Formats: sequence, C-alpha cells, structure tokens
Amino acid sequence: MNTPQTSQTTPQIGPPLWLLAEITYRCPLHCVFCYNPTDFAKTAVDNELSTDDWLRVLREARAAGSVQCGFSGGEPLLRDDLEILVAEAHRLGFYTNLLTSGVGLTETRIARLKQAGLAHIQLSFQDSTKELNDFLSHTRTFELKQHVAHLIKSNGWPMVLNCVIHRLNIDYIDKIIEMAVELGAEYLELANNQYYSWALVNRDQLLPSREQLQRAERITNEYREKFGDRIRMFFVVPDYYETRPKKCMNGWGNVFLTVTPDGTALPCHTAKMLPGLRFPNVREMNVKDIWFDSEGFNRYRGDGWMKDPCRTCPEKENDLGGCRCQACMLTGDPANADPVCGKSAMRGEIEKAIAYAQIPDAERTTVKPLIFRDPKESRRLIEEGTAAERQPA
Amino acid sequence: MSDAAVGTTLDAKPRVSRQFRLQWEEVQQSWVLLYPEGMVRLNRSAGEIMKRSDGIATVQEIVADLERSFGAEGLTHDVLGFIDLAKKQRWIEV
Repeated sequence: MNTPQTSQTTPQIGPPLWLLAEITYRCPLHCVFCYNPTDFAKTAVDNELSTDDWLRVLREARAAGSVQCGFSGGEPLLRDDLEILVAEAHRLGFYTNLLTSGVGLTETRIARLKQAGLAHIQLSFQDSTKELNDFLSHTRTFELKQHVAHLIKSNGWPMVLNCVIHRLNIDYIDKIIEMAVELGAEYLELANNQYYSWALVNRDQLLPSREQLQRAERITNEYREKFGDRIRMFFVVPDYYETRPKKCMNGWGNVFLTVTPDGTALPCHTAKMLPGLRFPNVREMNVKDIWFDSEGFNRYRGDGWMKDPCRTCPEKENDLGGCRCQACMLTGDPANADPVCGKSAMRGEIEKAIAYAQIPDAERTTVKPLIFRDPKESRRLIEEGTAAERQPA
Repeated sequence: MSDAAVGTTLDAKPRVSRQFRLQWEEVQQSWVLLYPEGMVRLNRSAGEIMKRSDGIATVQEIVADLERSFGAEGLTHDVLGFIDLAKKQRWIEV
C-alpha cells in the first residue's frame, strides 16, 4: 500500500487506478437504458475537451497512478482523435480499453487503433429496443457485430461482449448467449440494467419481474455447464433485487475517476446529479489535486459522512452504505443509506418499484412510452426541469 | 522434485499469459498484472517470480536466480507452488 507521493493531509488515499475518459456524449444509438446524464445535451460539441486537453489529462492521471484507462462515451469512435489519445495512453503505460458499440469501427480505424497500442475492446450490444426484433432475429445488427467481432479477433484482441439486460430482452437470454458463442466471444457480460439516468426515467418498462430474473439466471447457469471454459459469463443482478447495497464504485474516490466530455471530474459516471456538491474541471485543476484535495472527491470518502443506520452498522465496511446517487434519487439525501439496503427506512421505495415489476405488461393500466436517449428528448427533459431530478418521469 | 511438482516440472519454461500484461507500477511500488478492465497487484515474491517468467528460463533457473538474488535457499517448493497457483489463475502458461 505504498503511495509515497500522496499529500500530507490525506496520506491513506490510494491512487485513482481507473480513469474513465468519456470523450463525447455524441452517439449514433438511442438506448433507453443509457447511463449518460439525461441533461447531456447541455454539453455542446464545441464545449468538449480538445485533443490537447485530453493528452494533458492522460499525463496527469498517469502521474497520479492511474493504470487502467477506458475510452467511452457516447460513442468514442465519433472523435476522430481517438487514435491519438490511445497512442499517448499506451505510451504512458496505461492498459487501454475501448468501450464501443462497434458502429464506425472500420477496418482502417481498427488497424490504426491496433498500431496505437490499444489493449482491449469491449463490444456492446446496445440494442435500442427500437431494433429489438432486428437484434434478436440476427439480421442487420447481427451482421454489424459479426463483422466487428471478426475484426477484433483477427487483430488478436480478446473478444469481450457486453449486453445490457432488462425486462424487454431478458426472456431472450438464451438467444443472446448463443449469439455470443456464435460470434466467438471469450467473455460475455450479461449486465442487468441498474436504474440511473435514462434507465431511471424508463424504469417501469425496464425492471424485470423476479420470475424473469430467476429464469434468466437459471438459463445462464445451464449454458455455463454446457460451454464450460469456452465462454466465461458474468451475470450481474439488478441491485433492486438485493437486500444489501453494492459497494458502489468500490468506494467513493477510492479507485475510480471519470472525466466527462466537458472536463468535469467525477467519482462515478452519474455523481454530477448530486445537489450542493461542486466537482472540479480538469481545465482548471490538476488531476492529482482533484483526486486528493477537491471537495467533490473528499465529501463521501471513507465513512465519516455516514448517518444511521450506516454509521453504526457492523457491515458498513462491506458496502460503505451503497450508492450516493441512488440514495439521492430515491430518498432525497445522498448521505442516507442506499434504499436497496433492508436496513434503510426508505426500502419501501425499492419495494414499490419491485411490486410494479411483478405486474405483467398486459395487465398494466397505464402504459408510458419509452423515452429514447437523444438530444431532442434530453432538451425536453431539461426544459421540463425533470432532468437529473430525484424521481422518474 | 516429487514433493512439490504437482503439475509443473523443474525444466518447464513458464511465461506470462498472453491475456495479461506484467508491469512495474512506480506509484504502487509493486508489480501488477493488467487485463481487460482489471488489475492484480502482486506481492513482492510473486512479482519476482513473474518477472523472471519469460518463456526462456526454466523453473530451475528461476529458483537459482531468486536464491542468488535474495541470498536464500530451498525456494523450489515455494516457486513451484506459486507457479501452480498462477497457472490455475491463467496468469502463467507453461
């Protein structure tokens, strides 16, 4: 645990091992479960960090001890300087990860990324539900993914697939797994939606029933038996169905640093929603100072901020009270226990959502339309003043 | 040899698996294994074994080099034990 370069006031804080560079919010897809903020349209293209800004962020983060670097978005391939950033990250000694939908990943670009030293590509099935049928019936979407998967494998990268699972696709989990196997995936992340941002707006339509979830888990286990080492599958349960909260981001300001397209530095992708908390911008502050000394990063570090039931909980080290954003969204106070926790007085908020999820679609009396993540809807949500607020629309 | 060699023999030539990248991290003052979106921080002895696992040196040579470098002896058992563990974790290929 030697971190000899840390400042004197905060000697116990480790380095920001994980740097997530969200280089743009622009995206060709419109996923209803996107974790980008619902007010992302506030960040205009000309307010995105420049190439030079990003190169400086990479150098500063590496000097502060960052070692994993994820290039994400939006769709990171929409920045034509991606290769320049990857090359610099690689030169600095980062392990570089590209998180992409594969849209725009041409042979030319993949060759350039390989040359730049990119270590890993995570290819997502970001089915936007508009194309759910297409996605499940192996037509155009499948052909694109197949092409990209082939390019990834032929360049010697491990084939890592990520598929966000929700109420509308969970019943097809067998098809999703078979598709992954057919694409030659070595790793498959079946990541159940967590309910933030756009997914929170669409929660009623996206949260699966308990029965759906149990069935999906059982089928995943059957496929694990069937395929053995050929494909490693990770099944992430939606935290609403747990009774103890997740140790969100492995601890606030513990390992994880996100830099958003406009340069705001955050301890997680969604923390900007928290009221009364100022987060620094990499245009104005060095990464090291941001990490060790800024108010935004120190506010919920460790357990000094906790109230009951967390403060006196014997399990507080295990989960650090769960997620500050979830506590804020569902209870109105980020310093409350994450309401997923059975010890939270506000667990009822989660129970309400779960109870609604058990009602079959056909028996629901009010049918809300899905809200697709696009600039128009984002501007509408901003205008309505509902963007980044506590309750689902 | 019979006591410790569960799967690995002294003439085997271990090397770091292609799925992992071994590197020294100055800030952490340790060797780490990097893989897609993850990291394993190695303790000192694991790091010293891994950095010698270049696919050229045999286990016997690695043991001899470690014993020389650290003025120790009788490390064979520990090194073989670690290599078997590392194989199970897929950190090392033999």
